[in-house]
Amino acid sequence: MKGVLRFAGLGLILVYCLAPFYWMAVSAFRRPSDQFELTPLPSPFSLDNMAAVFTPEVGFGRSLFNSLVVAGVTTVLTLIIGVSAAYALARLQFRFKNIVAALIIATSMFPGISLLVPLLALFTDIGWINTYQSMIVPSLSFALPLAVWNLTAFFRQMPAELEQAAMVDGCTRGQAFRKIILPLAAPGVFTTAIITFIAAWNEFIIALSMVNDSKMQTATVAISRFTGAYGFDQPFGTQMAAGVIVTVPLVVVVLLFQRRIIAGLTAGGVK
Amino acid sequence: MTTVVRRARGATSGAGRLALALLSPTFVVLALVVGYPLVAALRESVFREGTDLDESGFIVEGSKFVGVDNYASIFAGEAASRFWNAFGNTTVFTVITVALEVLIGVGMALVMHHAIRWRGVVRASILVPWAVPTAVSALLWRWIFQADGVANSIIGQEILWTTEGWHAKLAVILADVWKTAPFVGLLVLAGLQIIPTDVYEAAKVDGASPWKQFWRITLPLVKPALLVAVLFRVLDALRMFDLPFVLIGNRKESVETLSMVAFDEASSLRFGPAAAYATVLFVYVVVVAFVFVRLLGADVIGEARERSRK
Repeated sequence: MKGVLRFAGLGLILVYCLAPFYWMAVSAFRRPSDQFELTPLPSPFSLDNMAAVFTPEVGFGRSLFNSLVVAGVTTVLTLIIGVSAAYALARLQFRFKNIVAALIIATSMFPGISLLVPLLALFTDIGWINTYQSMIVPSLSFALPLAVWNLTAFFRQMPAELEQAAMVDGCTRGQAFRKIILPLAAPGVFTTAIITFIAAWNEFIIALSMVNDSKMQTATVAISRFTGAYGFDQPFGTQMAAGVIVTVPLVVVVLLFQRRIIAGLTAGGVK
Repeated sequence: MTTVVRRARGATSGAGRLALALLSPTFVVLALVVGYPLVAALRESVFREGTDLDESGFIVEGSKFVGVDNYASIFAGEAASRFWNAFGNTTVFTVITVALEVLIGVGMALVMHHAIRWRGVVRASILVPWAVPTAVSALLWRWIFQADGVANSIIGQEILWTTEGWHAKLAVILADVWKTAPFVGLLVLAGLQIIPTDVYEAAKVDGASPWKQFWRITLPLVKPALLVAVLFRVLDALRMFDLPFVLIGNRKESVETLSMVAFDEASSLRFGPAAAYATVLFVYVVVVAFVFVRLLGADVIGEARERSRK
C-alpha cells in the first residue's frame, strides 16, 4: 500500500512537471491545419511549424544568434569577474565579510525594473538602444551575484588543506589559486556557467526594453512577438515550435548535468 | 614548522588587502549596474520630462524638477487607482503563488525524499519547468488556456482564460506555480537530506506517529532551508513581469503588476513616473526582505557565516 502511494506520488510529480512541456512539443509537430486538435499525439506528424519558424519573414535564426551572443558574453564576463570575488568569500578571512556577502546577495534581489528605468534613459542618451551591450550590461546585475554565490559554494567545498600544502611547498596564494584551486574547481565553474547561461538566455524584460529593432531581438522576445505566418490571430503552432527549439537544448543540458545543477541551485538558492 | 606558522600568519594579515583586490572588480561592476541605477531612479523620480512653459511664456524642453509630485500622483492623483490596482495584484499574486508553491513544493520534496527507485528520473524532470524560459512558458499556458484549448476541454468548460477578469488572475497563478513549485521542492529536498535518520528512529522508538514526526521533526529542521526558499520566491514574485505580460498582455487591469506599470510608463518615455513606480516597488521589496531576515530570521548568508566562525 505504501509502495503504491509512493509510486503514485512520483507519477504525479512527473505528470505535473512534464505534461505542459509535452503539450508544447505535441502542438509543435502538428500540421498547421489541425493545430487545434486535441489528440495526445500529432497525427499526421508534421514539420511545417518548424519550417515556418525559420522562414525569412520570421527570421528566428537571427534571434537565436542574438540570444547566444547576449547570454554567452554575459556568462563569460560574469565568470571572469566573479571567480576572484567568490574565492575571496570562500577562502579569505577579512573584516566585513558577512556584510560583503549580504550586499552581493542583496543586489540579486532588487527588482529588474528599478534598475532598468534609469538605464533605459541613460542608454537612450548615449545611443546604446538596439545594441548587444545594452542587453549584456544590465544582465550582469542578476548574473554576477548568482555566479559569485554559486562559485563561493563550490570553492568552499574544496578542502583548504590543498592550497595550504601548495603554499607550504612554496607557492604564493595566487599560484596556489591558479594551479591548484582553479583546475579542481573546474566542474563548479562549469556548472555555474550553465546556470548563469540559462538565466541570461531566459531573460526577457531587459531585452524587451532595450531593443525595438526586430533584427536585434533575442529569442524570448522574438517568440512573444511572432505574428501569424499562417494568418491565424496568434500563430500558436509556430510559437510552440520556436518554444521547443529554445527550450530543448536547455532541457538536454539540464538532464545531462542534473546532479551538478541541483547541487549548484540548492547551494546558490537564487533564481 | 615555524616557517609554516609564519607564512600562515602572513597570509592572514595580508588577507584583507587581497580580499579587497579580489572583490573590487565585482563591486565596481555592481556599483555601475545596480548602485548607479538605484540612485539615478531616485533622482529621476523627482523630475518630469516634457515640454513646459517657463515664467516668460517660452517653451522649454527637458526634465523639470517636480519634487514629490510623481509620488503624490501615484498615491492620490488620477493615476492612483492604477497604482493601487497594480499594488494589489502584485501582493495577491505573491501571497497566493508562494503559498501554493510551498505546499506543493514540500509535498514534492517529501515524496522524492522517501523514494528510492525513480528518484533520479523525478529529480531530473523537476528541472524541466525551471529550464523553460518564463516568456515561453507564458506562451505555452496561453496556448493551453485558449478558448478551444486543452484546459477547457479537460474541465469541460468554456472559460475565456486570457481575457480580463478573475480567470486571467487564476491563469497567471497556475502558470507561475507550475514553473516554480518544483524549484521550491528541490530546495526543500536539499534541506530534508541533511536531517540525520537516527532522529526519526528515536522518534519511532518513542512511538511518534508519522504525522507527529512531520510536525515535530521534519518541519522545524527544514525550516531554515524553507525560509530562504520562501524569501527568494517572494522577492521574485514581487517583481513578476514576463508571465502576465505575455500570458495576458500589456495594460490589462486584472493582472497588471507594479513592474508592468513601471515598464509601461518607461516605454512611453515618461521616465519620471516610471522611476517613481520602480522606486516604490524597490522599497516594497526591501521592506519584505527586511521582515524576512530580521523578524523571521531567514539566514540568507548562513553558510558563509558558519565558515567564518570556524
